[in-house]
Amino acid sequence: MHIDIDEIAKTFGATTALRPVSLNIPSGALVALLGPSGSGKTTLLRILGGLEFPTSGRVLFNGQDATGMTVQERRAGFVFQSYALFRHMTVFDNIAYGLRARPRGQRPPKAEITRRVTKLLDLIQLPDIAGRYPTQLSGGQRQRVALARALAIEPRMLLLDEPFGALDAKVRKELRQGLRDIHDETGLTTVFVTHDQDEAMELADLVVVMSMGRIEQIGRPQDIRSKPATEFVRDFISA
Amino acid sequence: MSDTALPRPAFRAATDEAPLLRIALIGIAVAGLAVLVFAPLAVVFAEALKQGWSAAIQSLGNRDARSAIQLTLLITAIAVPANAAFGIAAAWFITKFDFRGKAFLITLIDLPFSVSPVVAGLCIVLLFGANSAIGGWLVAHGWPIVFAIPGIVLATIFVTFPFVARELIPVMIEQGRAEEEASLTLGASGWRTFWSVTLPNIRWALLYGTLLCTARAMGEFGAVAVVSGKIRGQTATMPITIEMLYNEYLSVAAFSMAALLTALALVTLLLKTILELRHADQLAATRRH
Repeated sequence: MHIDIDEIAKTFGATTALRPVSLNIPSGALVALLGPSGSGKTTLLRILGGLEFPTSGRVLFNGQDATGMTVQERRAGFVFQSYALFRHMTVFDNIAYGLRARPRGQRPPKAEITRRVTKLLDLIQLPDIAGRYPTQLSGGQRQRVALARALAIEPRMLLLDEPFGALDAKVRKELRQGLRDIHDETGLTTVFVTHDQDEAMELADLVVVMSMGRIEQIGRPQDIRSKPATEFVRDFISA
Repeated sequence: MSDTALPRPAFRAATDEAPLLRIALIGIAVAGLAVLVFAPLAVVFAEALKQGWSAAIQSLGNRDARSAIQLTLLITAIAVPANAAFGIAAAWFITKFDFRGKAFLITLIDLPFSVSPVVAGLCIVLLFGANSAIGGWLVAHGWPIVFAIPGIVLATIFVTFPFVARELIPVMIEQGRAEEEASLTLGASGWRTFWSVTLPNIRWALLYGTLLCTARAMGEFGAVAVVSGKIRGQTATMPITIEMLYNEYLSVAAFSMAALLTALALVTLLLKTILELRHADQLAATRRH
C-alpha cells in the first residue's frame, strides 16, 4: 500500500509539532523518519497510525483519503517504543489478541488462531516462549513479540516507534537484520522512527530527515550522505 | 582526627542497623500495635462476651438490631459499587486525558477526606432537607432524602468517595496509555480495551480500594448521624445503634453490635489477604517490566 502525506500539520495547544509536511511513501518501501527529539517524527508516525489526528492536511492510503479513519479501521501494525505488551497476558495471548478482538463474523476459529500464532512465533525465531509472561522475557525478545503481535492482524502497513531504542548495541544489530528480513518477507510498507542515523542509513530504503516539525530532506541513504540538502542535515549526519 | 585509631566494628551491610537499635525499633512497633490496635479489639470482644455467648447473640437478634444490620449491609451494597464505578471513571478521566484544571480536580477528589463528615452531613441536610427548594419538592412527591435511606446513601458515598479513585490514580499514571493504544491499533474497540486491558491491569488496586471503601462505608458515623435522624428500626445504622445502646447503658448489646461490625471489617481484610496469596504469581507478573 502506498501512503501519501499531504500538507499535514499538527499543533498541541500553543506548541507546533508539525508544520505542513508532505511525503510520498511508495508501496513496499522501508522508510526511516530520522531526527532529534522534538522534531515531530513520532507525531507523524502516530498520525499515520490513527493515534493522533492532524490539525490540517490529509493522509491518503492507496490514493484514498484516510484522514478521518479510526485507528481500528486503519489496520496499521504498530510497535511501541516500550513495546506496550499486555503484561497480564502470556506471549500467546498477546499475539492472539488482535485476532480475538475481531467482530464475531471475521474471527478465525480457535485452531486457526493457534496455527497463526505458532507461525508468527517461528517467524520471530522464538518458538518456545508462548506460555511466558512479558516480565519473563529479555528486551530483545519483547521487541520481537511486539512485532509478531503487530503482524498478527495482517496489517496494511507496519509502523515502529524507536523499535531498537531500549536495547543494547549487540542485540540492536541483530534485530535490525531481523526487521529487514521480516520486511522483505512480508513486503509491507514499513515506517520506523529513529534518532540514530546509523540505524536509519543501514536499514532504510528511504530516509526522511526531520527537524523542528519540518522535513529537511527526503532521499536514499547514499544521497543524503553525499548531498546533504541543508546545514542541519550536514551537521546531524556528521555528528 | 585520624580514624585509623578507631576500633573497626564487624562488617555489616550498609542498610543494616546496629542490633540494639533494631531491637528497639521492633519493640516500639510491637508495643504501638499492641496498645493502639490489638488492645481495643480485644476489649470490644471481651465486653461483648462478658455475659456469655447467648446474651451477646440474643442482643443481636431483636428487631431493631436486625434492622440496623440489614440497613448497614444495604447502604454498603449501594455505596461501594457506586463508588467503584465513580472511582474508575474519575481515575480514567484524570490519567488518560490531558486537560486544564487537572490538579484542581485531583484536589477535589480528596475533599471528602479533609471535610469533617459532620459538615458533609449538614450540607446534605441543607441541600435536600424539607426546608430547601429541592428537598421540599422531593418530599412533596414522596421521595424524602433526609431522615431516610437516600440521605444515608448520599452521605456514605460522599465520605467514602476518595478510596477507590485514590488507589487507582497512581497505578494508572504509572502504567500510562501505551497498552490501551496498542489494543486499539490491534483493532479492539474502546469497550473491549477497557475490559481486557485496563481493568485487568488495575484489578488489584481496585480490589484494595473497594475493600477500604467497604470497611469505611460500614463504619461511617458522623455524616450518617446528621442525615439519618437516628430513627430506631428505620434509619439507625450499626454505628448509630451502637452509640444509642451505649448511651442507654446497655453495654452488652452495644459491644455485641460493635464486635459484629469489627468482625465484618476483619472479614474484608481476610478476603484481601486470601486473594493476594492465591494470585501471588499473577501479581508478580503484572508488575511493571
